[in-house]
Amino acid sequence: MNDSREKIIEVYDLVKRFGHFEANKHLTFDVYRGEIFGFLGANGAGKTTAMKILCGLSKPTSGSVKVAGVDVNRHPEAVKKRIGYMSQFFSLYNDLTVKENFRFYGGVYGLGKKEIQQRTRYFLDKLNMQGYESMLLRNIPLGWKQKLAFSVASIHRPDIIFLDEPTGGVDPITRRQFWEMIYEASENGTTVFVTTHYMDEAEYCERVSIMSEGEIKALGRPRELKDRYGVKNMNDVFLRIARNVE
Amino acid sequence: MSVTINIKNLVKSYKKVEALKDISLIIKPNELFGFIGPDGAGKTTLFRILTSLILPDSGLITVDQWDVIRDFKNIRKITGYMPGRFSLYMDLTVQENLEFYAKLFGTNIQENYDLIKDVYEQIAPFKNRRAGALSGGMKQKLALSCALIHKPRLLVLDEPTTGVDAVSRKEFWELLKKMQKKDITILVSTPYMDEAALCDRVALMQSGKLLSLDTPQQIINDFKGNLFAIRTEKMYTLLNSLTAFDAEMQVYRFGESLHLSTSLNPSEAKEKITRYLTEKGYREIYIEQVTPVIEDCFLALMNKTIVS
Repeated sequence: MNDSREKIIEVYDLVKRFGHFEANKHLTFDVYRGEIFGFLGANGAGKTTAMKILCGLSKPTSGSVKVAGVDVNRHPEAVKKRIGYMSQFFSLYNDLTVKENFRFYGGVYGLGKKEIQQRTRYFLDKLNMQGYESMLLRNIPLGWKQKLAFSVASIHRPDIIFLDEPTGGVDPITRRQFWEMIYEASENGTTVFVTTHYMDEAEYCERVSIMSEGEIKALGRPRELKDRYGVKNMNDVFLRIARNVE
Repeated sequence: MSVTINIKNLVKSYKKVEALKDISLIIKPNELFGFIGPDGAGKTTLFRILTSLILPDSGLITVDQWDVIRDFKNIRKITGYMPGRFSLYMDLTVQENLEFYAKLFGTNIQENYDLIKDVYEQIAPFKNRRAGALSGGMKQKLALSCALIHKPRLLVLDEPTTGVDAVSRKEFWELLKKMQKKDITILVSTPYMDEAALCDRVALMQSGKLLSLDTPQQIINDFKGNLFAIRTEKMYTLLNSLTAFDAEMQVYRFGESLHLSTSLNPSEAKEKITRYLTEKGYREIYIEQVTPVIEDCFLALMNKTIVS
């Protein structure tokens, strides 16, 4: 049934080598428009390497990668306009105000003054943060910062948002509010490509892939994977695959 | 050998932010004690005061007979501390890092090798690699080896598993359990609620306050009301539907299901919810009473503090 949907990421036989080390070994997978796709794996499994290639920051050694219809290898700059990126560690500028962060990223993505203002107001209304636009980012609590970072990453209406461990360190209520934002984006047709170490969040994804030693060892809906391995939750699926038990 | 820690009325503020609001607790000898809470809970501030890196505004901490301010030199000698950000020298090799820490405390690797053996063996194959070139999980193990090399009686680990994958986290906790058997008092902080179950006792923390302090089992026993896991064939709208149903019930996502807590008795709750969802057009309704885990308790305690 997925096949009828538009493919927004198409990866075929992707290989990335650093010297003799193969960080990505023949990855092949697709992601559909509007899908929430969980990109899981152990530390050092090759997730970051693959993600950098998808974002046009690094070139594959071989294989083909299409993101939003663009060949990443040939047009890395064109890809960057179609995607948003947020990481837990560095997305926003602490010594700029909330509004200035929106203006900066809006400017980077080539939005006009008026549109930036509109988009800023739209997001601040949505987050119930009217009145905070002139506050320095460093004075904003972490949970709000992460929601702002997600909004800023969406300012240019990207086709895909890449989220690299977006919810690290936040409390369980804020973590769930953050996922509501992810669902909403997905409902509106934005594809969400997310990495996380919280295995309960893996359950929230439509499909997940699990990498280990440079390969995708499993890919499917959480329900399918749990059935396949005969376990109760994604944590156990992950332990099975990444620990190479049996 | 292992120490008792007594924390009394501890207060610490940074300019406008009250990082610790009158915290008191006692940690018993040889306990594996967890501080569980999100960023901003005050975990790191508490550990920095305990390790005499910063001073409290008021209140006191004693480690056995020693006061953390007056006798800080004695406490430092018996404490192994692994800060949240890596404490390693990235341009030294694995072995050089370990030798450095051993020398700093006037010992050598051979003398206490027995203690670090379980941890160090896992990274020994890479002993000539620079620390900067290790994976996250291996850095963690090296940092733990360095914190243990002087045979401390107190081990303080600030978020050792943050950003670490589920496999490495599991291995790390297995190592901590082994360490505990060597008669060390272990304090560990973590934002991962599921790790609470692995501690002897835990303090659940939020915004500088203790929400709860007990054994993980007792915290679960203290959960008020009945908890249900609910799934239907259509999950996306289910949260909104159930949130609108009854203000008395708390509903939130939990893994593949929603969790709903209510003061209604189980059979009444089941029947009422099933009827409501059927009327709303949901099919394949799965509803089952479940035992809460620490994250459920944390959410309930957070909601309670927001309301009060």
